Amino acid sequence: MPRTLFEKIWDAHIVRQVPDQPTLLYIDLHLVHEVTSPQAFEGLRVANRRVRRPDLTVATADHNVPTTDRSLPIADPIGAKQIDTLRENCRDFGIQLFDIDSAEQGIVHVIGPELGLTRPGMTIVCGDSHTSTHGAFGTLAFGIGTSEVEHVLATQCLPQNKPHTMLINVRGVLPEGVTAKDLALGIIGQIRTDGATGHVIEYAGEAVRQLSMEGRMTLCNMSIEAGARAGMIAPDETTFAYLEGRRFAPRGAEWTEALADWKTLRTDDAAAFDRTVEVDATTLEPHVTWGTSPGMVVPVTGFVPDPAALQDEPDRRASERALEYMALTPRTRIQDIQIDRVFIGSCTNARLEDLRAAARIVKGYHTNSSVNAMVVPGSQAVKRAAESEGLDRIFRESGFEWREAGCSMCLGMNADILQPGERCASTSNRNFEGRQGRGGRTHLVSPMMAAAAAITGHFTDVREWRFNK
Amino acid sequence: MNPFRIHTGIVAPLDRANVDTDQIIPKQFLKRIERTGFGQFLFYDWRFQPDGEINPSFVLNQPRYREASILVAEKNFGCGSSREHAPWALADYGFRVIIAPSFADIFANNCLKNGLLPVTLKDEEVAGIIEGAREINNYQLTVDLERRTVTDSNGFSALFAIDDFQRRCLIEGLDEIGLTLLDEADIAIFEQRRVATSGS
Repeated sequence: MPRTLFEKIWDAHIVRQVPDQPTLLYIDLHLVHEVTSPQAFEGLRVANRRVRRPDLTVATADHNVPTTDRSLPIADPIGAKQIDTLRENCRDFGIQLFDIDSAEQGIVHVIGPELGLTRPGMTIVCGDSHTSTHGAFGTLAFGIGTSEVEHVLATQCLPQNKPHTMLINVRGVLPEGVTAKDLALGIIGQIRTDGATGHVIEYAGEAVRQLSMEGRMTLCNMSIEAGARAGMIAPDETTFAYLEGRRFAPRGAEWTEALADWKTLRTDDAAAFDRTVEVDATTLEPHVTWGTSPGMVVPVTGFVPDPAALQDEPDRRASERALEYMALTPRTRIQDIQIDRVFIGSCTNARLEDLRAAARIVKGYHTNSSVNAMVVPGSQAVKRAAESEGLDRIFRESGFEWREAGCSMCLGMNADILQPGERCASTSNRNFEGRQGRGGRTHLVSPMMAAAAAITGHFTDVREWRFNK
Repeated sequence: MNPFRIHTGIVAPLDRANVDTDQIIPKQFLKRIERTGFGQFLFYDWRFQPDGEINPSFVLNQPRYREASILVAEKNFGCGSSREHAPWALADYGFRVIIAPSFADIFANNCLKNGLLPVTLKDEEVAGIIEGAREINNYQLTVDLERRTVTDSNGFSALFAIDDFQRRCLIEGLDEIGLTLLDEADIAIFEQRRVATSGS
């Protein structure tokens, strides 16, 4: 029987299946970070349980770490205790930790792929909703809560009900200046923030095939913002080229064998999806969110919408409330919106390719006098690679701050937050109320769009940008 | 886990869609390493003004909803971050049931692990409950997990769907990890088979 990519991976991980019960699914890789794991380890201790497969478990500190000088002690005692607790737990249970001072430290969804820990056909979980990022490699990767983190630590398995499948077929190719981020925002604008609830998305079509691995990760990363359980893309030559030679990728005969297996990881021609969504890449523009939910998004050439035009009453109230929070007036031109802050970072858009794209925009320009801008690389490895290309110098000379790796202002758990009323062009994934700091106003954009806004002080169409050599 | 069989309580209406877990429990409270004590931070930015004073206009601060143990909200409740701190905060505050037309997947899962029941009802049923909670003082509902019903004393009755396995876990307060550990032999066989086929 023809199967989808998702079904092939699901079937290969069934430990036990009985009628009227969830399937017991085996987990190949469990990524752990400091914020959602302490209570899980505590649960193991209370029940006198061990970690079943410490060798399939990898930890890093990312959510709560300072992005300033790492040689200084962490100022916030509660934050410091959480990171100490992760250290203790990894030591006590024998789990590999890429600690704050390690060369491999970084956002968990950046370092997994970078180290070759993320490979096609795997099941990957993490106590973080953006675990969907890893689906870019043709893996089934999804976010879980802390109780499930404890479950996986103790058993290396999770009882799961089989999700539905959704195909998002992106026809044509993305125009110049329109990125994977714009594609993700465009899709969420089209299907809404609960459009894929209960589903695993497979992204396919010419535009998806043409994306680099970085772009594919950006696209899969935002699947959760459409409500999806996971997002995935079938592996191909782009995937294999990215993985070859990475630290934990197979080598020699094992590589050849793995490659043969990975090439079978595609949806069979006759396989059926529960739902199919068609997206036209050729008409997409750079996107900017205007509200407090990622689905509240318009093209950069557009206007802040008027809630009065909405038929659905809850939608209208949500839009009115969002505009009030964002201090925006209906029918304002998006390019007339002035900004105070720029954040280039997060598991969505802080990989080398993202930083290169942003640096190309800012080169030879200086940030607008009213804008405070920062770049937070996704990992220490991204930071080193960017520095070896001189990207840090381009950013610094343009007036950007250049920071250490971590989640930073994407969720503002550390000191990197917006002040009340500040408006930020951000390459992160969530524009929720207060997400980047209480009273802060977040507009989600691509790295190029964020960089351009830093220079001009307002949203600017990067398709018309004059690049300096 | 606290078992859940049947619960009767006062209903508080939160007439907002897409309530994300950042609203339910803002990030500055995620640094704690305990499972308990999160109720004081529930809906923090909505319950409290920037100066720390109580925001009297927020629904949960109105005296008539102080004792509420059932929260009713609009679609896609619990979207966003996977933080289980959200159901911990709701349960610690005193909620036992959340009613909405739809829930985000991870949030609904997290609730079930904590004896907090997410009940999905039809749009018009939810609208009716929100209206009841607004119009009638001390409006109460009874949520019966065994029978999968939501009823009030005025003749309202609705049936909800829930996975049978999850229902049993909640009613009996089962330790799900303990259940999976009973399958140890199956897990070991699966691991051996994988090693044999992958050769590593």
